[in-house]
Amino acid sequence: MLGYYLDLALRSLKRNKALTALMVLAIALGIGASMTTLTVLHVLSGDPLPGKSGKLFYPQLDPQDMDGYKPQGEPPAQVGWIDGMALLHAKRARYQALMTGGAVPIQPAQSAIEPFFENARYTSADFFAMFDVPFLYGHGWNAADDEAGARVAVLTRELNDKLFGGKDSTGQTLRMDDVAFRIVGVLDSWRPTPHFYDLMTGSYSADEGVFVPLTTATDLKFAHNGSTDCWGKGFSDNMKTATCTWLQFWVQLDTPAEAAAYREYLLNYSREQQALGRFQRPPNVRLRDVMGWLDYNKVVPSDVRLQVWLAFGFLLVCLVNTVGLMLAKFLRRAAELGVRRALGASRRSLFAQLLVEAGAVGLVGGTGGLLLALAGLWLVRRQPSDYAALAHLDLPMLLATFAFAVVATLLAGLLPAWRACLIPPALQLKSN
Amino acid sequence: MELRPILSTLRRHRIPALLLVLEIALTCAIVCNAVFLISQRLQRTQMASGVAESELVQIQLAAIGKPADAKARAQEDLALLRQLPGVTAAALVSQVPFTNSSSNTGIKLDPAQKLPTLNATMYMGEGLIGTYGVRLVAGRDFQADEYLDFDAMKSDPNLQSKVGSVIVTQALGERLWPGQSPLGKNIYLGETSVRVIGVVQALIRPSLFMGDDAAQWTMIFPLRMSAASASRYVLRTASGQREAVLEGAAKALRKADPHRIILEKKTLDDIRREFFRNDRAMAGILVGVIIALLVVTALGIVGLASFWVAQRRRTIGVRRALGATRRNILNYFQTENFLLATIGIALGMVLAYGINLFLMTHYELPRLPPIYFPVGAVVLWLIGQAAVLGPALRAAAVPPVVATRSV
Repeated sequence: MLGYYLDLALRSLKRNKALTALMVLAIALGIGASMTTLTVLHVLSGDPLPGKSGKLFYPQLDPQDMDGYKPQGEPPAQVGWIDGMALLHAKRARYQALMTGGAVPIQPAQSAIEPFFENARYTSADFFAMFDVPFLYGHGWNAADDEAGARVAVLTRELNDKLFGGKDSTGQTLRMDDVAFRIVGVLDSWRPTPHFYDLMTGSYSADEGVFVPLTTATDLKFAHNGSTDCWGKGFSDNMKTATCTWLQFWVQLDTPAEAAAYREYLLNYSREQQALGRFQRPPNVRLRDVMGWLDYNKVVPSDVRLQVWLAFGFLLVCLVNTVGLMLAKFLRRAAELGVRRALGASRRSLFAQLLVEAGAVGLVGGTGGLLLALAGLWLVRRQPSDYAALAHLDLPMLLATFAFAVVATLLAGLLPAWRACLIPPALQLKSN
Repeated sequence: MELRPILSTLRRHRIPALLLVLEIALTCAIVCNAVFLISQRLQRTQMASGVAESELVQIQLAAIGKPADAKARAQEDLALLRQLPGVTAAALVSQVPFTNSSSNTGIKLDPAQKLPTLNATMYMGEGLIGTYGVRLVAGRDFQADEYLDFDAMKSDPNLQSKVGSVIVTQALGERLWPGQSPLGKNIYLGETSVRVIGVVQALIRPSLFMGDDAAQWTMIFPLRMSAASASRYVLRTASGQREAVLEGAAKALRKADPHRIILEKKTLDDIRREFFRNDRAMAGILVGVIIALLVVTALGIVGLASFWVAQRRRTIGVRRALGATRRNILNYFQTENFLLATIGIALGMVLAYGINLFLMTHYELPRLPPIYFPVGAVVLWLIGQAAVLGPALRAAAVPPVVATRSV
C-alpha cells in the first residue's frame, strides 16, 4: 500500500513542479537554519567529560574581609595560594588538583624555530588522573615533584609535533623562560569542550600546550593568565602571601556521600580559619559539579541562544508557508480525491496517502536541509569566534535533522490532509 | 473597489487566508526585531574610544627570563621608539583599548562605605594622555614629577598612599558626582585616597565585561611602567605611516634586546575591528535571515495567489464576460492581498512588541523604537504587492471565453 501511495505522491509532486519545489525549498531552508544553530548549541553546551563530569567538583570558599560583605553572596570564583595548598595537602578527596593558566616563552633547541610564547597550565600531579587525560608517551609527574618544585614538563601532542616532529620526547630538555625543564610526558589529543576547568582563560579557547607543576611555576614567577581578585592589602608581588584569589581547585568525589562529606569538610575548614582569624566572614562554601559550574557561569554565549530562537522563528514561518501551499495543493486535487472516495477508498486511506505525500516532501526537504546545515556549519567555522572551529555535525545531529524534517512536514501536512479528506465525493463528481 | 465580494470569497477560503495572514505576521514580527538587533550591533561597533585611533599602533612584547633592569630597559626602548621616523609620541602603558585585558578596581566615595560604589578600569603609563590623544576637558595632565614607579609601589604597599592624583573620564565623573565638577573630589581605593585633578572627554575600558553602560568608567594614574610590569608600547604617527612605523619599531626593539618575543604588532584600527567582529558577524547572520524570511514569505504569497487564480479561472472568465475589465480583475487580487497583508501586519506588530519584550528581559535589549512599526508595515505591503503582481496579471489575462467552456 505504501508503495502505491508513494507512487501517487511522486506523480502528484511531479505534476506541479513549481509548487513542490517551493515547499521543498521552504522546508530545507527552515530545517537547515535550525539544525545549524542547534548543532552549535549542542556542541557548546555539551558535557566536556562524559561519564566523569558528575564526579568532579569545584569547591569555593570565602576568605575575603568584611569589606563589601553580603550574607550568603557568591564566594570568589577561585581560591588563593594558602587555602588552595591547604585543601590540596589535606587530600580529603580521591583526587585533587590546584591550577591556573599562564604563558611561557619556549626556546626551542633547534635554531630553525624562533622562540615563541605558548599557553601553559600550572597544576599539580592529580590533574592528569582526575581528568582522564590520555598520554601518548611517558606520564605525568608525581606529588613529590610538586613538593620539590621539580623542573618537569608535559607537552601536548600538538606542541610535541611542532618541537620534536612527533617523536617520543620524554627525557629531553626543553628551555622555557631561560630555565631547563625535563619532559616527562606527551599527551595524546585532548580538548575538553567547554574548557571547563578554567573558564577565566576563555570557555572554548584552544587549550594550553605545556603543563608544569604549579609550585615550580610560582617559584619561577612565570606569567599568570586569567583573573586575579584581591582584597585588603592584597596587591603584592608575592602571590604566595597575597590576599588574592587566582587559582582553580578541582576534586574528584565518587559518591554523593563523599560529596556531602567534602562539603562538611569545607565548612569545617572555614570555621577553623575563622577561629584562627584568617577568615572574617561566616563560612560560605559552594561545591558544584562540572555541569553545575558551567551552568552557573552561563558558558554558552547568549548570541548562540539568540540564533537558535531566530532559526526556530524562521522555521515556523517556513512551516506555515508549507501548510498553506500543501493545503492549496491538496484542495486542488479535490476532484481526484473525490473519484478515489467514490471508488471506495476510505477517508483513512486518503489521509494516509496525503500524509505519505507530505512525508516525501519532508524527506526531500530534510536532505536539502542537511546540505544547507552542512553549508551553514561551514560558514560558522569561518566565523571569528573561538568556538567556531568546534561546529561540526555529529551522527546523532545528522539523524535528528531527518527526523525533525519529516516530523515537521508531517505536522504541517496534518491540517491540509484532514481538510482534503472532508470533501464530500458526490459534490466533486457533480461539479465536474 | 468593492470590498464585499473579496471578503465573501476569503470567508470561503478561511484556512489558506489565515495561514497567509499568520505567515505575514510572523515575518513582520521577526524582521522588525532582527532589523532592530542589527542596528544595535552596528551602533555598538561605532562606540567611541576617546583615543586617536587612526593614528595609533601597538606593539606588545614579552621578555624571556627576567630582565636585569626592567626600568632602564623601558626608558631605552622608549627613547629608541621616539627616534623612529614618523613617530610623534610613544608610551609604555598598562592597557590598550579593545584588547580585552584590563585591570579593574572597586572605588568608594567614602572610606567607611561597606560596598564599593562601582568598579572602574585603571590605566597607567607615563605620557599616556598625550600619546593616546585623549582630550582633556577640565583640570590638567600629570606633571613629570607626579609619576611614581609602578614596580616600586608593587613591592612596597606603603607607597600606594603616595599616589595622590587621578584623572577620570567625564562619564565616570558624572556617574560619581552627578551634576558637579569632579575636580578636587576624592575617591578611595581600599584605604588609599586620590584626588581628581583632571577630566578627559572619553577613554574606553579595554574590556566591556561590565556591560556597555560602564564602558567609559576609567581612571588614569600617574604611574610609570617598566618592562617587567607592562608589555604594550603605544606609538602615535600619521595614519599613512602606521605600517612602516610598526615594522621599524619591531626591528628596533628586537635589535635593542633580542632576548624577547614580539607577541603582537597591530594598528589600533585592526584591534578595534577584531574586538567587534562578533557583533559584525551576528549582524551578517541577521541580514541573511531577514532576506531568507522575506523571500520565503514572498514565494508563499506567489504560490497561494497562483493557486487561487487557477482555482478561480472560471469565475474570472464569468466576471470578464459580464463586463469586468482587466484592471478590475487585477485590482481585485491586489486589494485582496492588501487586505490580508494589513491584517497580518497588524497582528505582526503586536507579536513584534511581544518578542521585543522577551528580548528586553533576556538579552538586555532596549525597547523597539516606534518608527520600526510604520516602516515594517510599508515594507511588507510592498513585498505583498510585488509578490501578488505576477499571479494577478495572469488572472487579468484570463479571456472571457473561459466562461463558456466547462473545465
